Amino acid sequence: MVRQRIKDHIRESRTFNERAAIALAIVIIMIFVILARLVYLQIISHEHFTTLAEDNRVSIVPIPPTRGLIYDRNGAILAQNVPAFSLEIVPERVTDMDQTIQALSEIIEISDDHIKRFKKQQRQKSAFRSIPLRTHLNEVEVARFAASRHLFPGVEIEARLVRDYPYSHLTAHVVGYVGRINVNELKKVDASNYSATHHIGKLGIEKFYEDQLHGTVGFKNIETNVMGRTIRTLEQSLPVPGDDLYLTIDIELQQAASKALGDHRGAAIAIDPRNGDVLAMVSQPSYDPNPFVVGIDAKSYRALQNDIDNPLFDRALRGQYPPGSTIKPLVGLAGLENGKASINESVFCPGWFSLKGDDHRYRDWKKEGHGVTSLEKAIVQSCDVYFYDLSLKLGIDAMSDYLAQFGLGQKTNIDLPGELAGILPSSHWKRQKKGLPWYTGETLISGIGQGYNLTTPLQLASATATLASRGLHSQPRIVKAIASGRNNEPQPVPLVQQERHHIASDENWEYTVNAMVKAVHSPRGTARAISHNIPFKIAGKTGTAQVFGIKQDEEYVKEDVAERLRDHALFIAFAPADKPEIAIAVVVENGGSGGTVAAPVARKIIDHFFMSKSK
Amino acid sequence: MIKAKNNDYTQWGERRQSRMFTRGLHLDIPLLLGIIILSAVGLAILYSASGQSEAIIMRQLMRLGLAFAVMIVVAQIPPHHIQLWAPWAFGLGLGLLAAVLLIGDEGKGAQRWLDLGFFRFQPSEIMKLAVPVMVAWYLADNPTPPSLKNIFIACLLIIVPVLLIAKQPDLGTSILIASSGFFVLLLSGVRWKHVCIFMALIATSAPLLWFNLHAYQKARVMTFLNPENDPLGAGYHIIQSKIAIGSGGLYGKGWLNGSQSHLEFLPERTTDFIFSVFSEEFGFIGIICLLALYLFIVIRGLYIATQAQGTFTRLLGGSLILTFFVYTFVNIGMVSGLLPVVGLPLPLISYGGTSMVTMMAGFGVLMSIHTHRRLLSN
Repeated sequence: MVRQRIKDHIRESRTFNERAAIALAIVIIMIFVILARLVYLQIISHEHFTTLAEDNRVSIVPIPPTRGLIYDRNGAILAQNVPAFSLEIVPERVTDMDQTIQALSEIIEISDDHIKRFKKQQRQKSAFRSIPLRTHLNEVEVARFAASRHLFPGVEIEARLVRDYPYSHLTAHVVGYVGRINVNELKKVDASNYSATHHIGKLGIEKFYEDQLHGTVGFKNIETNVMGRTIRTLEQSLPVPGDDLYLTIDIELQQAASKALGDHRGAAIAIDPRNGDVLAMVSQPSYDPNPFVVGIDAKSYRALQNDIDNPLFDRALRGQYPPGSTIKPLVGLAGLENGKASINESVFCPGWFSLKGDDHRYRDWKKEGHGVTSLEKAIVQSCDVYFYDLSLKLGIDAMSDYLAQFGLGQKTNIDLPGELAGILPSSHWKRQKKGLPWYTGETLISGIGQGYNLTTPLQLASATATLASRGLHSQPRIVKAIASGRNNEPQPVPLVQQERHHIASDENWEYTVNAMVKAVHSPRGTARAISHNIPFKIAGKTGTAQVFGIKQDEEYVKEDVAERLRDHALFIAFAPADKPEIAIAVVVENGGSGGTVAAPVARKIIDHFFMSKSK
Repeated sequence: MIKAKNNDYTQWGERRQSRMFTRGLHLDIPLLLGIIILSAVGLAILYSASGQSEAIIMRQLMRLGLAFAVMIVVAQIPPHHIQLWAPWAFGLGLGLLAAVLLIGDEGKGAQRWLDLGFFRFQPSEIMKLAVPVMVAWYLADNPTPPSLKNIFIACLLIIVPVLLIAKQPDLGTSILIASSGFFVLLLSGVRWKHVCIFMALIATSAPLLWFNLHAYQKARVMTFLNPENDPLGAGYHIIQSKIAIGSGGLYGKGWLNGSQSHLEFLPERTTDFIFSVFSEEFGFIGIICLLALYLFIVIRGLYIATQAQGTFTRLLGGSLILTFFVYTFVNIGMVSGLLPVVGLPLPLISYGGTSMVTMMAGFGVLMSIHTHRRLLSN
């Protein structure tokens, strides 16, 4: 290998050492550059940065939007935001949390529950977020804290808007409530829009209309001092308040319905059959939703959960009861419209019915029988044997198809969460759900609304409304109008109306309605107890739903059966019968008799409705 | 020179035993001490920056253990072996870089990782060592100072991997690798005239480079020029970092007492921005001590390079230790607002994996250069 130049090791080494020395000089110069920079930052500008770090902190604070209000149809307020003082702590500003809480509890009442809830939130939130330790401070407590506030850096009294339900128990199941937002809920919503929001709709309208009620978050740029106090706001973008909702509910009618149910467990629903507006929807017993807003304490919550009367359970939407005899006008109509029953034909009722080649006796509620019975008499006196016979002629599937047109076995799609669908049995349903064939005997008991049949009170009310409007079905609804922003006029929510039923003959409908009128207004009608003193006609039908199966040749003696095993009492009605303005379904759990227990509840609702109308 | 050493040995006979031992392990005690002290300081500040997380400390300890093991292993390799492997390592590194661009995994929006099934690594880490080794190998083969042609080829050896890495995109690493190659050239005695021409070339190509930067890289430069422009986005890091450093003052707020860092105002405070935590808690005095420690390691490294016996080892050793300093300077420069945020860790202190192992391998090379000296001369 021929090299042009010979390596000169000594010269190379000298060159390298030279360069290394220069490099070291540069390194040292650069270190001095760094030091100069740090002298500037840490010594010359130290004050400035200390101020920035300690005294003043510029931070962006989200401003929660004001939640939309909820009114009844006449503008009575059902859900509002009231200012309440709460004691809040920013954990990062507190050095010894336990000691601080201990000291606070000497001037303000703080329970273990409050501390537990606070600690739970502390784990979930960043340390610079303020967390309420106690809410709803009274004025004395606020004053006491204000006097010694200097002892508690990082602790503040905040005036926050807290959701309040002035009608408490009365609207709990309809309006629902808001509660503290949890981790799972936070995943489902736009996190930045909820950055200042502590509460979210948990149930009822508050949940269903969460998006409309919540509004849009705003932001402000604020300067705070070391104590966390805001010195000034630099700039802000205001939040957009949530929409106000106007319900179809009439709170006075709701009150009347609740009062009419009294101490009974059950549900009462009133619907305007012309448009599906739910005028009243009561599930009793109920509960006070207000403690849930700030966080109900574990003991009270357990008490509610373990209450044998189950006040947290919304019977109107989620209670599923056998419809019993209230289904009979619909089954009768099915017979007429399908040509399986006729206005002129009668059936002999000996008090029981049996299938050919089977000695099982299907009983009538009246042991001695109704004798010769027409469809009208069968509805008026609620004869079971007539309907055993009719349902046998119809067959389960034709009957099921017809009843499905009234919405039985399907959700009504009301604008509330959690509704259940009930069961409208058919041979297809049984094969699919139970994998078993349909038995003829099951057709008979389905024809009187027992067996597999289950309906919710809301379904029953909706079916009654459809019957009342002579086949015009309107989807039940609870929100009538929405006002966006605070100053805008409420905009009505469009009706969801379905096509009119296919009707073979209007006469069939009038005949059925007339039979229901006689069930109330004729001396032998099952609901004759409510016919007194009324200027117009009520169409109604009683029902009882068995809770407790009785054996063959055994008699049902009301007094012998434990209260909770008694039959459920049901009643459906609409009025005035010729031009209905209100359709009602009442279910009284373990009420016993539809005619004497459930029907008077409906009558009181009807009375209130027309009385307030005439005013 | 060797005679002088022998005199040392007779004069300090009682210390000979231990020296023989460290020689046997091929470790350089002053350098090792510097590294250990720096790592210990790093652990202490990481404990504070991580919110006193023992889990993070344990993980960092495991990484340190691995890194020290790598350093010791590398120290055993005689420098002439490294010299022999240089072209192969460089070729392998280039191949892997190309592979990353073709089939690499994307982590945080950048294609840097190569997934080998059992583990993932960044081939750019290999290049941190392979580039200076390669350039030193090339220049040592020819007489120094290098001719213009040799300079040109050396530049090519640097630019190809640098461009491949910049394309991933990893600006910080490509700057480091470019400077490590540049240091080899500079130390080899390239004429100042040529250096000036080279600088002028870079200055003129800067606008070209600007148009090839990714949007986020441009944003970082713009933010560097005016951080207050974007206080909630890109400028947030630097504003909060400056507040942390500045509020530290002369004496600092004390260990575990940095409010800026602990109140989560400071992002990435265990990794790239750990120096801000250190400055806030230990103040200007602490920084002087820390920089003295870094300076000590740099001086020891340069000393090792000047004592090296061949051109290759000299150039390599000098380049490695100067690159270590660039690491330090760029990191401190960026967190204190002197340089744009390019995303480089503070060597031996920041929490993090692969770059620490590479750096310790570099120290292993330095120790190997120093401790294989006598054997070579024999």
